[in-house]
Amino acid sequence: MTATAEVSTGSRGSQPPVPDGAITVTLKVRRFNPEFDDEPRWDSFEIPALASDRVLNLLHYVKWYLDGTLTFRRSCAHGICGSDAMRINGVNRLACKVLLKDLLSSGGKQTTITVEPIKGLPVHKDLLVDMEPFFEAFRAVKPYLITYGNEPTRERVQSVADRERFDDTTKCILCACCTTSCPVYWTEGSYFGPAAIVNAHRFIFDSRDEGAEERLDILNDVDGVWRCRTTFNCTDACPRGIQVTKAIQEVKRALLFKRV
Amino acid sequence: MSELILDKPRSPRRPAARRGNGELYSWLFMRISGVALVVLVLGHLFIMNVLDGGVHRINFGFVAGRWASPFWQFWDLAMLWLAQIHGGNGLRTVINDYARKDATRFWLKVLLYASMVLIISLGTYVIFTFDPNITD
Repeated sequence: MTATAEVSTGSRGSQPPVPDGAITVTLKVRRFNPEFDDEPRWDSFEIPALASDRVLNLLHYVKWYLDGTLTFRRSCAHGICGSDAMRINGVNRLACKVLLKDLLSSGGKQTTITVEPIKGLPVHKDLLVDMEPFFEAFRAVKPYLITYGNEPTRERVQSVADRERFDDTTKCILCACCTTSCPVYWTEGSYFGPAAIVNAHRFIFDSRDEGAEERLDILNDVDGVWRCRTTFNCTDACPRGIQVTKAIQEVKRALLFKRV
Repeated sequence: MSELILDKPRSPRRPAARRGNGELYSWLFMRISGVALVVLVLGHLFIMNVLDGGVHRINFGFVAGRWASPFWQFWDLAMLWLAQIHGGNGLRTVINDYARKDATRFWLKVLLYASMVLIISLGTYVIFTFDPNITD
């Protein structure tokens, strides 16, 4: 087998046939290669795509057929794993959940879609960011069941009403869309960020958990919930539809009235 | 024979390490002082600019007459203190958010607190020691 120029860039080689009804869109990607670039740069790609395609399909097209060096995360590609959070047309979204038909320009004008890495976290390469500061904040709020005393011999029973209190915050997939859409987090990385507070909320309001006071103490700190300016960016960004700002306000209320 | 290790039944929960409620109180103060300032400042603006001919009647005598009453002294004092601390606390938050270096943050806050103390003390001093019988 002979090596071709396309293989050497890491892509799959010949492009697939263009499907019927395909529209050519411009994908503008903010790229950064730490080995060559001092500054991030913009790369544009012309891609034939269907209205039913997701932005992730466009990225795959670039990676597989145009430029194999494009770097991004994705795992399940179905909005469950939370790997492919990125800034699409200036808002944080999961690339696997945004359909091209929702991004097309009106009046048949050329559509340009911009894709950037999520803000506020260090960029490793292209759309790949270092998630460690994000997970560090997540771990700091003790996102696990804390109980004291002897373990019960039976299941820890919970009423439907008690379960309902933290139902919304159980949906978090830790994609970092909310935290990296938060202006406070952009400027001050020591803020815990919405995602950590959401995951603290999930246990604080769990009737089976006994660590609420510890977590509330952590979130009462300078970098805790009081940093929240209720800009609702997090709620808008959440691909799971979690009412993030509401959860943060509920934690504030619990602190204010010393009652969970 | 190994000993069976059991927690004491109904052992008390670990006492939480209280780190202080400073941020909570500052957040709460912003809400309360904000509401108070809406009344105080709008009332002040209404008296000064709209009522009875507005700004044109304001002179030394007008101010002296107002400050002869403890009610207006208290009004102005409350407005001064609340506005200074409310605004200062807001700026403190902005500095916390935007200052990148610890040294920058420290000096900006020193400047902020110094200006707050200066203006609050100067204003308070004037309100309480104002002498209507002053002659030139």
